Amino acid sequence: MSAHTHDEHSHGSVKSYVIGLILSIVLTIIPFGVVMTGALDTLATVITIVVAAVAQLLVQLVLFMHMNTKADEGWNFMSFVFTVTILVLVIGGSLWIMHHLHLNMMIG
Amino acid sequence: MATDTLSNHGHAHGHDHHDDHHDTAGTKVFGFWVYLMSDLVIFGSLFATYAVLLRGTAGGPTPGEIFELPFILVETFLLLFSSFTYGMAVLSMNANQAARVGRWLWITFALGAAFVGMEIYEFQHLIHLGFGPDRSGFLSAFFTLVGTHGLHVTFGLIWILVMILQVKQKGLTGVTRPRIMCLSLFWHFLDIVWICVFSFVYLMGVL
Repeated sequence: MSAHTHDEHSHGSVKSYVIGLILSIVLTIIPFGVVMTGALDTLATVITIVVAAVAQLLVQLVLFMHMNTKADEGWNFMSFVFTVTILVLVIGGSLWIMHHLHLNMMIG
Repeated sequence: MATDTLSNHGHAHGHDHHDDHHDTAGTKVFGFWVYLMSDLVIFGSLFATYAVLLRGTAGGPTPGEIFELPFILVETFLLLFSSFTYGMAVLSMNANQAARVGRWLWITFALGAAFVGMEIYEFQHLIHLGFGPDRSGFLSAFFTLVGTHGLHVTFGLIWILVMILQVKQKGLTGVTRPRIMCLSLFWHFLDIVWICVFSFVYLMGVL
């Protein structure tokens, strides 16, 4: 495999990793700063944390893990979408059910 | 794209513009990706468990009382920078520079080991204060979730050591390259899970 060649788009470049790193640092500092200073009310703080987290997930999925809709004819991406669906069901469903259990049993 | 050394094409479609993704190396990396997705479901159920048990403090400490955010921020940056340095190792591999791959892997290992060290310190500090996983439902869920992630990172560290040795002994071959790519996915994946831990466990915990 001495003459092994890679298609560049699927493995990134120094530039894409540096951009990913800088964006990740910014998206970590912002929610940390908001929580530490208490500058916003609780709802705004929660929204800031969620938005920054989701943004950083996308940044790292695309710029570090190079996920796209084309590799392996989309199977990478499709399996990810399927997993996210499962996660929404498991996490959302658990919270929903347990919330109603609490209400009905009047604990806490 | 030449796939001269690889004969196992996983499909029989006529178009071959992406055929390097269907050689054995590509299949291996895709299989590892599917494993990571199943691992994500494990972490998802642990996050759900944590969210459900969050209020179950049983008279023990609440999240806000035991989390020290600046300490956690340092951990977060250690893992983030290790994710970046692993990326540099992959780029060095693509440039066929085995010695540089080894150096970047060592840096990644050092950052990851510092992360695990800080986590072990945090855990033993909490247990020392009497806030171990046996104290309350919240702490059981916390130790399970964060500990499972830490265990993954620890196995990642072992894997990095193995790859450093293999690259040194075998060089960058058709055997070692897919392994480095799988470890790359694993390592970035752990950073992504940690972002969720940092955001939803630690940051939201102190609100």
